Amino acid sequence: MTSARLGARELTLAYDGSPVVSTLDLDIADGSFTVIVGPNACGKSTLLKALARVLRPRSGAVVLDGAEIASYPTKEVARRLGLLPQSPLVPPGIVVEDLVARGRFAHQRLLRQWSAQDADAVSDAMRLTGVTDLADRYVDELSGGQRQRVWLAMVLAQQTSIMLLDEPTTFLDLAHQIDVLDICAELHEGGRTIVAVLHDLNQAARYATNLVVMEAGRIVAQGPPAEILTADLVATVFGVPCLVIPAPATDTPMVVPLHRSHRTAATPAVPANAG
Amino acid sequence: MSARRVTVRAGAWSLRVRPRSVVVSAVLVLAALALALVNLSTGDFPVPFGEVLRSLFGTAGDGTAYVVRELRLPRVLVAMLVGAALGISGGIFQTLTRNPLGSPDFIGLTAGAATGALVVMLLLGGDGLAVAAGALVGCLATFGVIYLLAFRRGAQPVRLVLMGIGVSAMLVAFDTLLIVRARLEEMMEAQLWLIGSITNSTMFEVALIGGALVLLLPLVLRYGRDLDMLSLGDETATAHGIRAERSRLVLAVVSVALAAVATAVSGPIAFVALAAPQLASRLTRSPGAGLGAAAAMGAFLLTVSDWVGRRILPLDLPVGVVTAALGGLYLVWLLAGEWRRGRQLT
Ligand SMILES: Nc1ncnc2c1ncn2[C@@H]1O[C@H](COP(=O)(O)OP(=O)(O)O)[C@@H](O)[C@H]1O
Ligand SMILES: [Mg+2]
Repeated sequence: MTSARLGARELTLAYDGSPVVSTLDLDIADGSFTVIVGPNACGKSTLLKALARVLRPRSGAVVLDGAEIASYPTKEVARRLGLLPQSPLVPPGIVVEDLVARGRFAHQRLLRQWSAQDADAVSDAMRLTGVTDLADRYVDELSGGQRQRVWLAMVLAQQTSIMLLDEPTTFLDLAHQIDVLDICAELHEGGRTIVAVLHDLNQAARYATNLVVMEAGRIVAQGPPAEILTADLVATVFGVPCLVIPAPATDTPMVVPLHRSHRTAATPAVPANAG
Repeated sequence: MSARRVTVRAGAWSLRVRPRSVVVSAVLVLAALALALVNLSTGDFPVPFGEVLRSLFGTAGDGTAYVVRELRLPRVLVAMLVGAALGISGGIFQTLTRNPLGSPDFIGLTAGAATGALVVMLLLGGDGLAVAAGALVGCLATFGVIYLLAFRRGAQPVRLVLMGIGVSAMLVAFDTLLIVRARLEEMMEAQLWLIGSITNSTMFEVALIGGALVLLLPLVLRYGRDLDMLSLGDETATAHGIRAERSRLVLAVVSVALAAVATAVSGPIAFVALAAPQLASRLTRSPGAGLGAAAAMGAFLLTVSDWVGRRILPLDLPVGVVTAALGGLYLVWLLAGEWRRGRQLT
């Protein structure tokens, strides 16, 4: 296994009540495109927040570059890893370029607010995400797909080698989903470590180098999609009987959920007790 | 890169500014200064502009210098400084609460400061610095209550405004109780103070509000940048290296302190904290904060209101009455506009 700069050690996470994630161990392999999947409310966002130090663990630790993440100055963490939250807030009246420029915050100081690197990082991020033409538009007047690319540009402008993205494709139409995923893949090929929460298992299987499957605050399987994504796993975790077959064209695993009328018919891959 | 932003460099330092905000702020400050000059020159004893300037620089005759420097100058300075303090205070709170109604005069902070000041005035018989201290304590205590009940975990605007209305109502009732128990002269004095008046300002008030601004300015400059990031939500702000809870608390306390000292100096002045940041952000076409422009707008608004109260109307109206009237109009306009655009404030 390759080395991991970011990981969780016996991580237990909670808000007010009982733990949402308990004693979880995870290594994010360097240079991987890790995709986290799991049913709603299983703790994916919670885990991502803890990995980005937005949520303090109840016990256990997140380790970044060999030291507990809580021991770093906050801006230092922000120069090493970036987070795109599931539902970031848009202040009214901000234009695209200004929002992306705020991604440089961790690199700036009170008296050194704007350097040539800042300008380059912002224009590179906007070019890579294809929002250069939107520079002067108001963010709250953009379509969902455009807005998501703008948020991605903001995280990119942060120039961190690790990027955590919480459901970057949710609420987008298929074309924009693929758009965003292709940008992620490009970043990954450029050497960045990407961790993304996705809902579409087929897209997860297609893009991930490492798939992490969560259920009720635990990791139930992880590894290359082709090795771990089985009909059994999907049936247990999501409660949906299905077939898993190699996808045409990409040869990555493809999940085909079974319609109710097919379940009792010849579906050897589905255990009798599932569904 | 477009001209919406320019970078000002000096050696290793670089500041990023919006030309539009700088121009708007400069125009507002100049307009306020011009009106201030008018206020210095007019009154029962008219002083020509030239004489006003000579008085300020110490070369006019004693009588004129006394009128300009002792009688009129403190009032003019207090108007500008209190206006600036209220503008900054409102700008911070509105951004923290993401709501134009989340300003100190709407969420009970001004009422808290007023009650604190009245307690010192009427129950403890203090004046000057003691009244200011009372206002600060009253304002901070009110903020403490609001913070515990509605502000942690990212203030929810509706809860905050409703809570503010409730708290204000209780405080106003208590103010009334204090006033009816007082002797007649005290009653009159307190009542006048409650309207918000800068008529009897002295250099002591100027020093008080000026001192508060100078003391708090470094914090405003340092944390003003955090404020921009906090408006993206706690998660995004934290992910960019901000300690959200701490920054929010520092900003809120700075805002509370400015509102408290302003109230101590001039009595509760309505609507400037609400309207100044909103008008400034519309003129500069920049999102939220823009605390510099909000300060300039506050100074301008209060100077205009003072001028209107003294000159336009036949009697010398307390500035608080004028701001309340102008502010009421503004609020109606704001709400009507938001409704037309199908947005909701809360
Ligand atoms: N801010 C919060 N306060 C309290 N509970 C929360 C909060 N955020 C999430 N939860 C709870 O934690 C659990 C996991 O949520 P989350 O991590 O968002 O799930 P996922 O992202 O996998 O859908 C859910 O039961 C949710 O209700
Ligand atoms: Mg989630």
